[in-house]
Amino acid sequence: MNTWSNIRTIAKRELAAYFSSPLAYVFIVIFLLLCGFFTFMVGGFFERGEASLVRPFFDWHPWFYLFLVPAVGMRLWAEERRVGTIELLLTMPITAWQAIVGKFLASWLFLGLALVLTFPIVMTVNYLGSPDNGLIISGYIGSWLMAGAYLSISCFTSAMTRTQVVSFIVSVVICLFLILAGFPPVIRLLEGWAQPWLVDVVTSFSVITHFDGFQKGVLDTRDIVFFGSIIGFSLFTTSVILRGHRAG
Amino acid sequence: MIKVQNLAKVFGAKRAVDGVSFSVERGEVLGFLGPNGAGKSTTMRMITGFIPPSAGTASVGGFDVVAQPIQAKRLVGYLPENAPAYTDMTVHGFLNFAAEIRGLTGDAKKKAVYRVVEMCFLESVLHQSVETLSKGYRHRTCFAQSIIHDPEVLVLDEPTDGLDPNQKHEVRQLIRRMGEKKAIIFSTHILEEVDASCSRVIIIDRGRVVANGTPDELRARSDWAGAVTLRVGGLTGAAARDQLGRIPEVKHISIVAEDPSGVSVRVYPKPSATRQLARVIGEATHGWRIEELHTEEGRLDEVFRNITMPDTVNAREEKE
Ligand SMILES: Nc1ncnc2c1ncn2[C@@H]1O[C@H](COP(=O)(O)OP(=O)(O)OP(=O)(O)O)[C@@H](O)[C@H]1O
Ligand SMILES: [Mg+2]
Repeated sequence: MNTWSNIRTIAKRELAAYFSSPLAYVFIVIFLLLCGFFTFMVGGFFERGEASLVRPFFDWHPWFYLFLVPAVGMRLWAEERRVGTIELLLTMPITAWQAIVGKFLASWLFLGLALVLTFPIVMTVNYLGSPDNGLIISGYIGSWLMAGAYLSISCFTSAMTRTQVVSFIVSVVICLFLILAGFPPVIRLLEGWAQPWLVDVVTSFSVITHFDGFQKGVLDTRDIVFFGSIIGFSLFTTSVILRGHRAG
Repeated sequence: MIKVQNLAKVFGAKRAVDGVSFSVERGEVLGFLGPNGAGKSTTMRMITGFIPPSAGTASVGGFDVVAQPIQAKRLVGYLPENAPAYTDMTVHGFLNFAAEIRGLTGDAKKKAVYRVVEMCFLESVLHQSVETLSKGYRHRTCFAQSIIHDPEVLVLDEPTDGLDPNQKHEVRQLIRRMGEKKAIIFSTHILEEVDASCSRVIIIDRGRVVANGTPDELRARSDWAGAVTLRVGGLTGAAARDQLGRIPEVKHISIVAEDPSGVSVRVYPKPSATRQLARVIGEATHGWRIEELHTEEGRLDEVFRNITMPDTVNAREEKE
């Protein structure tokens, strides 16, 4: 009860902070432009001649998020440490966990909002034909979970440094690894010299592999657990890093 | 209310705080003095639960800051050094946030915000972004945040830093007033503040407590305490030195100024005679034309220097 009201207070402040700076609007506009452009122009939506959103729309999300999500997450703790407000935050009667979760949820909700704002694309598809809307919804769920996984990684890279740029670069690199591990050209390269089991291990770390299920309309527990455990692990790492800084 | 025992903090090879013990009760205002890097802020950060101690314990209202951090933090209002505040919020939004996270809601929240806005004179900037505030106003905003829940314990790290003289005065008065019902600990580099608001003073140096007492007790440790300064007309310095030197209670004489019309002398007492030097001098100097005579009170700045840099002070005195 108390826990939730603390988390809510933190999250509310954090969300308000997004919208009080141009960052939120710039992010949303860029995300929507990218989605529209890639779906209809590059993704070959019209050439396919079918009213399906799954491949042309969602296929690009792991790549959009690679740059956009770290841009959203980089300030979470780095800014807090640079300005010194972390000293206020962590001497309030709340636990570090409540602060971490509150901040994470705020950014995740923000990413969710950006995702929801792509609804005109869904409407267009529905206007042009009759797509499988169940597939679309499961794609959205998967995309949001994937964004959360990226975000949690930015969250902990942000706790590592006072400099937002460093945080951004490190989290892009980590997220890039999570994508490439399941990127078909990379897999083909791996299959050339590695044992099949090793290829399996590597691809099992990939967000692409796990996002694929959602695009097929399969809500597999293993995929959900995969994203959930990235989030859990990264947030836990964040708390360890924050404790480490304070212990000196 | 605040109890600190053998508190220590080690950063790498550096002992920033090295076995500090003291306690502050309700109704006390403790002034925390010490040179730069002495460990004042580090001690305060441990009391407020921001950094964990390397050794020793700190408790607030009976709650250990490590074992029961939430209960302890509830009782404390904290103004960190440099008064950080969320730059992306307005003053009003920031104070509302502070009130909410302290568990205030609805009417109580509104009242609390209103109260601190008035106490800290923030009406004129209430809807301004924290980012564009002047340093003094930002300081006041952060100070307002620390008292928003009317805490029983206040920890203030240089609360008057960056304030104009009027505001400094206001804050000192405020601290003094609040100190009647709360336990307050504040650090400062301005020694006048000690007299203006403290009931007790602790001086720390290189992580250790080197003095602990009331401002008067500390002042009494000054070499100046009880010294008598007098101006005598129609006398040379040498004659004055000669005659005053014969008084058994006198430890040391210095000539402050000498000109054809007379001489100003400062006479330092032996420790046993601090209170009576003026009388003794009066008796021993019949026939002198004394134009001025007063007993010095002892000066905190000199005590501070003596305590925190004994080597340099002694070296200079020897040269003289
Ligand atoms: N996070 C940290 N890592 C390493 N050393 C630190 C850290 N924080 C403080 N120190 C060191 O601990 C010592 C005490 O610092 P502290 O900030 O407590 O001093 P202070 O008494 O508040 O000084 P000032 O009057 O300048 O504010 C300093 O030597 C400082 O360099
Ligand atoms: Mg300090």
